Amino acid sequence: MSLWEYANPRKFMHTSGAVLPWVIALAVVTLVVGVIWGFFFTPDDYRQGSTVKIIFLHVPSALMAINAWLMMLIASLIWLVRRHHVSALAAKAAAPIGIVMTVIALLTGAIWGQPMWGTAWEWDPRLTSFLILLLFYLGYVALWAAIDNPDTAADLTSVLCLVGSVFALLSRYAVLFWNQGLHQGASLSLDRQENVHNAFALPLYVCMAGFVALFVSLLLIRTRTEIRKRRMNALLARERAA
Amino acid sequence: MMPELGKYVVEVLLAYAVTGLLLAGLILSTLWSSRRVKAQLQDVEGRNKDQKKNG
Repeated sequence: MSLWEYANPRKFMHTSGAVLPWVIALAVVTLVVGVIWGFFFTPDDYRQGSTVKIIFLHVPSALMAINAWLMMLIASLIWLVRRHHVSALAAKAAAPIGIVMTVIALLTGAIWGQPMWGTAWEWDPRLTSFLILLLFYLGYVALWAAIDNPDTAADLTSVLCLVGSVFALLSRYAVLFWNQGLHQGASLSLDRQENVHNAFALPLYVCMAGFVALFVSLLLIRTRTEIRKRRMNALLARERAA
Repeated sequence: MMPELGKYVVEVLLAYAVTGLLLAGLILSTLWSSRRVKAQLQDVEGRNKDQKKNG
């Protein structure tokens, strides 16, 4: 069976309908377990005190803010190369989720930064590239809304997505490119010396899994809604023509 | 049951409240929009079937 079969809206609706309850259940379980574990059952950090509990929201939302855009990039490339409508609609469906994830990452970062850095905002490379990523998300949604022809909108938003990918990558790797920022490097690393202690890392992994599952759940629901909208518009156009 | 958050109680609770509100808004708007479009499509499909029946 080929992956491209899912480009068929009927096949996508059938498969996503079967998978969706399981993904939702996974999202609920992992989010509830991860957040309760992180909030109630982790100790204070010796330097950051109880503000370390913000990591269970900040890191997973930042992870999804970047990866939602990367998912949109892949879907946009599939649209540009193979013209599969489901991929264009999936990219469109992912954008509002990405916006919320980016806003959560920025706000929780600001709330965390105020007591730790002495400022809620700094024109630091990672913070600035995240803000630009948010502007790209907003521009992407606005462009979809501004163009009536869905194929033209998909073409133009796909190009915007390619350009914005530079900032999605920058927001991940800005700390490595420029060392002068306030924001630290990766919170989780394969390098043992840099690693977050297991007391925080384990619930953080569960929260990250929860945010990924939540993203996939919402993405499937929103893509199914976009497919239904497209079908409805086609039927309405047929009605008008008759 | 509430953990001891010390002098950062406002910051920690604010971060959780803001995240909860934003995620709740996203989830509710997604479900509401899904339900609305599903109902509209059923309506249009029903009309379409009737038109086909009546020739």
